Amino acid sequence: MREIYMDHSATTPVDPEVFNAMIPYYTDRFGNASSIHTKGQRARQAVDQARSQAAELLGASEREIVFTSGGTEANNQAIISYLSNNPDKGRHLITSAIEHHAVLDAFLHLAKRGYELTVLPVTADGLVEPDILKAAMKPTTALVSIMHANNEVGTIQPIKELAAVAHAGGAVFHTDAVQTVGKLPIDVEEMDVDMLAASSHKLYGPKGVGCLYVKRGIRVGNYFHGGGQERGLRPGTENVPGIVGFGTACKLAHINLPERQTRLNKMGQRLKEGILNSIPHSRLTGHPVKRLPGSVSVCFEFVEGESILLMLDSYGIMASSGSACTSGSLDPSHVLLALGLPHEIAHGSLRLTLGKDNTEEDVDKVLEVLPNIIQNLRGMSPLCN
Amino acid sequence: MRKVIYLDHAATTPLNCDVLEKMKPYLCENFGNASSIYQLGIESRAAVDESRYKVAYALKCQAHEIFFTSCGTESNNWAIKGIAFANRLKGNHIITSAIEHPAVKNSCEYLEHNGFDITYLPVDEFGVVSLDILKKSIRKNTILISIMYANNEVGTMQPIKEIGQIARESNIYFHTDAVQAIGNIDIDVNDCKVDMLSLSAHKFNGPKGVGALYIRTGTNIDPYLHGGSQELNRRSGTENVPGIVGLGKAIELSTIDIESKNKKVLTIRNLFIGAVIRNIPNVFLNGHPTLRLPGNANFFFQGIDAKYLATILNDEGIYVSNGSACSCNSKSPSHVLLAMNKTEETALGSVRFTFGEENTEDEVNYVVDVLSKVIEYKRKNP
Repeated sequence: MREIYMDHSATTPVDPEVFNAMIPYYTDRFGNASSIHTKGQRARQAVDQARSQAAELLGASEREIVFTSGGTEANNQAIISYLSNNPDKGRHLITSAIEHHAVLDAFLHLAKRGYELTVLPVTADGLVEPDILKAAMKPTTALVSIMHANNEVGTIQPIKELAAVAHAGGAVFHTDAVQTVGKLPIDVEEMDVDMLAASSHKLYGPKGVGCLYVKRGIRVGNYFHGGGQERGLRPGTENVPGIVGFGTACKLAHINLPERQTRLNKMGQRLKEGILNSIPHSRLTGHPVKRLPGSVSVCFEFVEGESILLMLDSYGIMASSGSACTSGSLDPSHVLLALGLPHEIAHGSLRLTLGKDNTEEDVDKVLEVLPNIIQNLRGMSPLCN
Repeated sequence: MRKVIYLDHAATTPLNCDVLEKMKPYLCENFGNASSIYQLGIESRAAVDESRYKVAYALKCQAHEIFFTSCGTESNNWAIKGIAFANRLKGNHIITSAIEHPAVKNSCEYLEHNGFDITYLPVDEFGVVSLDILKKSIRKNTILISIMYANNEVGTMQPIKEIGQIARESNIYFHTDAVQAIGNIDIDVNDCKVDMLSLSAHKFNGPKGVGALYIRTGTNIDPYLHGGSQELNRRSGTENVPGIVGLGKAIELSTIDIESKNKKVLTIRNLFIGAVIRNIPNVFLNGHPTLRLPGNANFFFQGIDAKYLATILNDEGIYVSNGSACSCNSKSPSHVLLAMNKTEETALGSVRFTFGEENTEDEVNYVVDVLSKVIEYKRKNP
């Protein structure tokens, strides 16, 4: 049985080229990038090269890239360290109701420490409307953080417009771009964001590494305290193989992005329409068109998301009901609830996220087995009469 | 290609080949997110759990007391800030030492700016903390003692068991930064009575970018990275599965036969110390004569600038360090040596040689030979 992986929003396999680039730094070139000897300097050069690769993908300059241990740390740093490093700024913060927990929980942490937090609602399609943000802005608003695209429903936000509103109100703008870096073209200048978080393992790089883009002039401050690595912004021995892998993944994403985007959009479209047309009582969640390439999220009435996943897994199809982080949780997704879906429908959610190795045959296979799975599950369900 | 002699194992160590082989599948084929519920995810979860057991076995604790982090720095930050903020109502006083790694030192300084009161215990000329001074420093509002297991620059080991005993009797949390010690000395968290212990994989032939924090059951500590609730809700962020697998394998390999490994490294190191002292005049060993990490030698060569010496040795293919790697490029003298009451000249003129299992007697002879010549030449031609 061919295994079909359709959970690329959860994580992606390391690209073989990325793997090959990393291996020398696991073996002969194992030096500490801060050491003054040749082994150290060699590691330093590799880190610098990766920095320029990441900068190029984001349209940033090298000095604006800080390597972190992943998207969670980058988001925590952008939010928590920016505020603790800028105590003179106001104490009002704005985010949206559908952020990843790495953002939401960082804000909740600050709210407990006395910051005033506004959580913006979203439309039924999952959009944050610039006018709603405008209305929420206060003279004391220090930071606005809105994700570039949602991890569960794939809706892409009008970041440029949102950043403009934040800036007009005197606030700094951060975006969690963990789901979009490598999938959508990104130009931090064009988007006019002040900070942006990215994670390597979402773009065929290794786990355990990510970066924070910090626009020149924005004093973000360090989250970890310790040695002087990353110009003091991220102490801790550099994860050289991880950083090299991330850099290579950025390089490959940069080269392949337009072709992948077109292909995934097309395949995703077919998958989406196939599901909605062949399965009754199904509905798309998120925006009909402003969505991540290859991201299909649907809700089926009268079934439980988790049962669908187990059935799909028995066919070798790997998918998720929402974000991977909360797979074990019985609570319905905060994202789907924020979109206004009732609990019982939010429980029946399925997320299929395509990647570069998926084929049209994979889409055919899902379209072949999914209708039967849903029908069978509904047949067993007391809810469905 | 000329042979390279790597004597900077305190900065980082080469990755063990078996560790790399164990990690490889988790990069490409078994790449699942450990939180995913399908088979691929379950396999990742199982691999993470297996590593957790290996770490727990090495430290003689329970698996659910091990939390994976991104590095030693994160572990230290988490332990110190997590305890401080969770126990703020109990007190705001923290005791640490004057020779801690910057990850501990700067975390404490950060807390100092945020309403905490920090006591930096002095050390003697060998770098050892005084138990009497520690006892006298304890107050009613002391919530945490954080003292490193062994120092990264001079290798001095602290009387951890005695400190643990004092902390336990006073009902104060005890954290130790064991980044330099794990893999070099056998550690039993119950024997040491530590409540938290930080470790970093790349110091014991594991990969960079992964570490762990041991947290004794019942310890009241806040999370440090906020988000997706991984690691029993205490450390968020997608698990670095290959890194964690590598850490587990590395700790297993480095603790399996720790006594004989120790002996081997100690023999080579002692050979080096002996030869340096015999062959080079006006040289002083920093740190404790016996209570030191098996691989560590730290020398002050009178009249010789440490950075100059490290650079010259580098040209000869010998890789050493002037102080800790984090501060190689800093022009300020080592805070560790200054705390040991050394002069600024010593603090700027000391070189760290840290040995590993793969170093040989021939290498020692070669290094001592080069060292004698370089130093003799430089002293004649200052």
